[in-house]
Amino acid sequence: MRTLRQIAIWVALPIILIILWWALTARGASFFVPQPAGLFSKFIDVWMGERLLTDVLPSLGRLAVGLVISTIVGIGLGVLIGSVRWVRWLLEPLLEFLRAIPSTIMIPVLLLLIGINDTMKVVVIVLGCLWPILLNTIEGVRSLDEVLKNTADIYRFKGWPRLVFVTLPGASPLILAGIRQSIAVGLILLVVSEMFAATDGIGYLIMNFQNRVAIPEMWSGIVLLGILGVMLSAGFQLIEKRILRWYYGLKEAANDS
Amino acid sequence: MTASEEVRLHISGLRKIYGLGTSSEFEAVKRLDFDLHAGEFACLVGPSGSGKTTLLKMIAGLMDPTEGEVVLNGKRVDGPPEGMAVVLQEYARSLFPWMTVEKNVELPLRVAGLDKATREERIAEALGAVGLEAARKKFPWQLSGGMQQRVAIARAVATHPSVMLMDEPFAAVDAQTRGELEDLVRRVWRQLDMTILFVTHDIDESVFLGDRVVVLSMAPTVVQDDIKIDLPLEREQLGTHALPRFAELRKHVYEQVQFAKTNPGGIHSSTDERRRTV
Amino acid sequence: MTTVSQAQAAVAQSKRRYWWHKYGPLTMGVLGIVLALLVWQVYAVFGPVNRHHLPPPTEVIPTFLRSLTLSEFWVAIGQTMTAWALGLAISIVSALLVGLVIGSSRVLRVWTHSTVEFLRPIPAVGLIPVAALLFGPRIGAELMIIVFACFWIIVIQVIYGIADVDKVARETARTMRMGQVDMVKYLVFPTLLPYLVTGIRLAATVALILAVTVELIVGTPGLGHQVAQAQINDSPPAMFALIITTGLLGILINFVTRFIANRVLFWHASVRGEVRA
Repeated sequence: MRTLRQIAIWVALPIILIILWWALTARGASFFVPQPAGLFSKFIDVWMGERLLTDVLPSLGRLAVGLVISTIVGIGLGVLIGSVRWVRWLLEPLLEFLRAIPSTIMIPVLLLLIGINDTMKVVVIVLGCLWPILLNTIEGVRSLDEVLKNTADIYRFKGWPRLVFVTLPGASPLILAGIRQSIAVGLILLVVSEMFAATDGIGYLIMNFQNRVAIPEMWSGIVLLGILGVMLSAGFQLIEKRILRWYYGLKEAANDS
Repeated sequence: MTASEEVRLHISGLRKIYGLGTSSEFEAVKRLDFDLHAGEFACLVGPSGSGKTTLLKMIAGLMDPTEGEVVLNGKRVDGPPEGMAVVLQEYARSLFPWMTVEKNVELPLRVAGLDKATREERIAEALGAVGLEAARKKFPWQLSGGMQQRVAIARAVATHPSVMLMDEPFAAVDAQTRGELEDLVRRVWRQLDMTILFVTHDIDESVFLGDRVVVLSMAPTVVQDDIKIDLPLEREQLGTHALPRFAELRKHVYEQVQFAKTNPGGIHSSTDERRRTV
Repeated sequence: MTTVSQAQAAVAQSKRRYWWHKYGPLTMGVLGIVLALLVWQVYAVFGPVNRHHLPPPTEVIPTFLRSLTLSEFWVAIGQTMTAWALGLAISIVSALLVGLVIGSSRVLRVWTHSTVEFLRPIPAVGLIPVAALLFGPRIGAELMIIVFACFWIIVIQVIYGIADVDKVARETARTMRMGQVDMVKYLVFPTLLPYLVTGIRLAATVALILAVTVELIVGTPGLGHQVAQAQINDSPPAMFALIITTGLLGILINFVTRFIANRVLFWHASVRGEVRA
C-alpha cells in the first residue's frame, strides 16, 4: 500500500503534464511544438535503428573516455595538490584562472590545434570535467579528519597503503560528488563540441536536423539527450550509494544521537 | 606482576616553545624528565592547561620538541616510532569509518607486513581481550561509544606495542561505561603483560589505574610529583575505591594537582617566567 | 655551549618557518604563473605544434593588451555580460517564486519531486537549436538557454533550503511561540539564504559558460562570437586573447559572488571555515 502510494506520487505529475501536452497539441502541432505520439514514433524511427551504432555509441564512447581521463587525472593531481603544501601554493592561482575559462570557448582553438576528430572532443570534455573532480579531491584530501590523520601517522601508514586505505576512502564522498557533477558537465561539452564541429554524434545530428528544418527529428534528439542525462545521473547515484554505504550509515548514526 | 628495571621510554630535558622567535611565543613544556620501565602502568595527571596534549604529541613523535629527547627502546624518537601504539580520546574519529571492526584492527598489522595467519591470530587475541569478538563484521558507527573505544584499544593492543600511550581515552564516555573500560584496561594490561602510559585529568582514574602517578604542573610544564601507588594488584570499581589507602592516595594527588594549578613551571617558577624568551 | 647554538638555530628555523607561512603562498603562486607562461612559450616556439596555430604568450599578451584599447572588444564584453546579467536575474526571480511556492507546501514538494529530479539533469545545451530557430542570432537565444539551465540550479536550492527551514522550524517555533513575521525574518530567511547563495554562485558561473557557448554556436554577438570570427579570420593570437578575457571574466564573477556571499553569510559556518582555511 505504501509503495503503491509512493509510485502514485512519483508518476502523477508527469502523467498530468503529458496529458496536458497531448490535449494542447491535439488540434495539430504548431511549428515548434511536436505532438507527443508523433514525437514518440519519431524517436523510435530516428534513434532506435542504425544511428544507435553510428551516432549514439560514438558519442557515449567519447564521453566515457573523457570522464575516465578526467577522473584519473583529477584524482591523481588532486591528491598531490591536496597533500603537498608547496605544490598547492604553486598551482592554486594558475588553476583558479584555468578553471574560470568556459571550456566551450576552447573548441575553436582545439579545432585548429587538433582537428575535427575524437581527440578534440575528448580534450574539450576533459578540460571541463577535470575541475569538479580535481577541486573536490583537493578539498577531500585536505578536509580529512585531523584525528584520523594522526592515527595514520601513529601507525606509520605511508605511501601507497596510506593512499589506498586512508586518504582515498576518506576523500571518496567528495570525489564521487565531483564525478557526479562532471558527468553533467561532460554531457554538455560533448553535445556542444559535436554541434560545433563533427561528422557524427548526437549533437551533430540535432544540429543537422535543425539546419534541414526537420523539427520533429530535432526534438527527438533533444528528448534523447534528456533521457541520457537522466539515466547517467540516476545510474551514477546507484553506484555512489553502493560505494558510500559506510558514509550514509555514518551520517545516519550521527543524526540519531 | 612488577615493573622491571628495563627502561622502555626515556624522556630527558624535554621542552617545547611554540612560535619560537615570534611575538606570540609560548612555552608549553619547560623541562620534563622521567623514565617508564617495562611492565609499568604510569598515569600522567595534571590540570587542564598543563601541556598534556603537547607532551603526548612529542612522545608519540607527532611533534618535534624544542629541546631534549624522547627515547623508546634505546632509539631516539623523531617521528611516530615503531613499537608504540596510541589510543586517542576521540574514539569516533580515530577509527576508519569505511572499514569493519576487524579491518580496523588488521590494518596496522597489514601495513607492518605481518602475514595473514599472524594477523588473524592477533585480531582474535585483541578482540577477545576487549570482548568484541561478536562485533567483528560491524562498522564502528554501528557501535556505542564505549564499544568504539574498545575497538581502538584492540587495534593498539594487536600491534603488541612495547609502550601503549593512552590520551584521556575515557573522557568522552558516560560514567558507567568508563568504570567498565577502566577495569578492562587493567585486565588487558596484566593479561598481555603491557607497558602503559596513561594521560588523564581525572585524579580518581589515575589512582585507580596506575601503579605510579606523575603529577604535571601548569604550563610551562614540569613534573610536580611522582607517586607510587601501592594499592593491591587486583582492583575493581567498588572495592578499590572504598579502600582507606585509596582515599589517602587520592587526597595526596589531589593536593598536588591543586598546588600545580597555581604554580606554573613548578615550585621554583613564577608567573613572570611564562613568556620568557630564549 | 652547544645548547646555546642549538637554541639559536631553533629560533632561526622557527623564524624562517613563520616567514614562509606568511609569504609562501604569494611567492609560490606568482612563480607558478610565471613557470606556466614559460612552459607555454617554450612549447609554442620549440614544441611539435604549428607555430601559427599555437602562438606564444609573447604574441598573445600584446594582442590582449592592444584589444583593451578597441571599442569593439568592450562592446563584445558588454554584450556577453548583458546576456549573463539578464539571464541570471530572470533565473533568480523566477526560481525564487517557483521555489517558494513549491517549497512552502509539503504536498507540492512531494508531488513535484520526481518531475523536478527528472527535468534537472536534462542538458540545456540540447535546446540550442530550438533557441536558434526561435530567436535567431539575438540575445533571446542566449537568455532562453541560460534561464533553462540556471532556473533548475536555483530552484532546487530554494526547495532544499525551505525543506531545511521546515525541520528547524518545527523544533524552534514550537518552543518559542514565534509570530509569522518573526518566523520569516529570523527563521525562514536566514536558513534559506545559504542555499540561495550557493545556487546563485553556481548559476553565475554556468550562465557565463552558456552565454559564450550560445554566442559561439548560434552567432549571437559577444565574446563567443568574436572567437568564432577570429577563427574564420585565421587569427589565433586574437582567439587566445579572447580566451584569456573570458577566463578573467570568470575569475571576476567568482570573486564578486564570493565576496557578496561572505558579506551576506558572515555568520555561516561555511564562510567562517573558508576564512580560516
